[in-house]
Amino acid sequence: MNLWEHSSILIVVTPLIASIVNIFISLLKRSLCYPFFVGILGLCSLLSIDILSVVTTSGTIRYKLGGWTPPWGIEYTVDHLNAFLIIIISIISFIIAIYSKESIKKELTKARLPYFYSTYLLFVTGLLGITITGDIFNLYVFLEIASLAGYALIAIGERRSVLASFNYIIMGTVGACFYLLGVGYIYIITGSLNITDLSRLLPSLYESKVTLAALAFVVVGIAIKIALFPLHRWLPDSYTFAPSAVSAFASATMSKVGIYVLIRIFFTLFEPRFLTDITPLSNILIWWATVAIFFGSIIAIGQTDFKRTLSYILIAEVGYMVLGISLCNKEGFIGAVLHILNDAIMIACLFMIAGGIFYRVGSRNLEDFKGLGKSMPITMAAFTVAALSMIGIPPTGGFFSKWYLILGATKAEQWISVAALVFSSLVNAFIFFKLLEKIYFSKKEVIPKHNFRELPLSMIIPITIMALTILIIGFYSGRIISSLIRFTVPEGF
Amino acid sequence: METIIGKYNYWIYIALMMIGFYAMIAKRNLVKKVVGMNIFQTAIILFFISIAYKRDATIPILIKSQEVINPSQYINPLPHVLMLTAIVVMVSTFGVALAIIMMLYNQYKTLDEDEIIEILKKK
Repeated sequence: MNLWEHSSILIVVTPLIASIVNIFISLLKRSLCYPFFVGILGLCSLLSIDILSVVTTSGTIRYKLGGWTPPWGIEYTVDHLNAFLIIIISIISFIIAIYSKESIKKELTKARLPYFYSTYLLFVTGLLGITITGDIFNLYVFLEIASLAGYALIAIGERRSVLASFNYIIMGTVGACFYLLGVGYIYIITGSLNITDLSRLLPSLYESKVTLAALAFVVVGIAIKIALFPLHRWLPDSYTFAPSAVSAFASATMSKVGIYVLIRIFFTLFEPRFLTDITPLSNILIWWATVAIFFGSIIAIGQTDFKRTLSYILIAEVGYMVLGISLCNKEGFIGAVLHILNDAIMIACLFMIAGGIFYRVGSRNLEDFKGLGKSMPITMAAFTVAALSMIGIPPTGGFFSKWYLILGATKAEQWISVAALVFSSLVNAFIFFKLLEKIYFSKKEVIPKHNFRELPLSMIIPITIMALTILIIGFYSGRIISSLIRFTVPEGF
Repeated sequence: METIIGKYNYWIYIALMMIGFYAMIAKRNLVKKVVGMNIFQTAIILFFISIAYKRDATIPILIKSQEVINPSQYINPLPHVLMLTAIVVMVSTFGVALAIIMMLYNQYKTLDEDEIIEILKKK
């Protein structure tokens, strides 16, 4: 039996089974859990690289579960866009797993560690499942697996994280239920749940009101899950009080996966013309996203807590990506997909650094950043790179995706959206330059007496890798677009 | 009149959903919120089961002696199967929510949202 043929199912099943096995291992010997956990995520990364290489050489993978042919059976479809997201999720989860060793040890009691690893693996299962499945109901199940694991992971954080997690449960469940209702309406008119099959059946039903209701429910449901303003209320508290490894991982992947679901719904399930000509959804979403960008940026200025600042910046970034896909032109779409990659890495890197500062200094307050440039030089160098990328200064990755987004908005003649993108860059520049000034140039007498050292090696290495990746993506963004993202652009653009 | 009486199960689903939604938004007790969430989800089950129903149809078990299969004689089994999965999801959501409520009660010794916010403000 050739195992590589089955890599698209193995990548979902491996972390799922491992999360249960992990509990049994913890009963035998607790110290074995961590190597097992990292090993499994390493295996997932290898599988994702294999999937990517298969997709780029021989096209879309269609894996029939249990040999049942679609539309009756569940089908796993992997094209360029899926492979792109799978590789982002599995590699970021692997890097943050390495990082989590020290940071989580400080934030959790020892007896809880195996459960943390198991829940983390379940979270990875859910996210990979969402990106790999070709069935809209199966997608709902994976969405809930990921969300449930997310609720639990957030609740194990600081004292106040429990209430944040509870609010997230209430909001997240409404989102998932709306999505499920949308699936129900799609099922009523088509009698199918397979995405490929639906894309064939739906075009003749575009005039039906049921289709419109279905689309409205699905879009609002996913908008709650990705925290698109004004449905963002659960996000800042959750990501501020969650353990730092969890905030880094969840912020980097959960919203990106939601954006992926939106892309699938808009451009695979429906056609671009449905958004632009038949319904005014494209225009509505452009305005919605523009408001989200303004809102996220403005609120981010006033925060004193570093993780909360990042959460609001994330809300603005979600606006970027929704704007990119709803512009319905090639440049905007490329910008959005490239920004999925860039933003995942930037925000993960910044949250990891926030966790690192919390690990040494014990505070997330922006005032306590003073003089850290001397005591933690490598971490702060990585911070500088991530911050420059967040602002969008070449040659970092963030510049190129923002450039494409602005090109797309200009082409669509959405001048207010262009203004929003520029405004958000200026706000990021304001926030991060102020921080960089505190870190490197604050006067000596202000520095409190401390002898903070550099972070332990298992935290430094993942942070450095992330920062270097930001630069590498910046240098090779042309190649990433021509060899991968070009193929994800839907027909009709 | 026909649209109300003929499709009463859909009206009940909407009513149940709104009751659940109201409880999630307006109730201040956390357990009531979670129960509202459950009612909300149950409404969706009713919706899915309703779309599977056909008048004068029977359960979808194939009888071997029957030669010609007429789909209109059978209820569509797929929504029922989907809802079995959705029930599992629902139960686990309920479980996680209750576990989190337990953690909240251990921390604050109350289940009233307003009181918890008061306690948080004092600190």
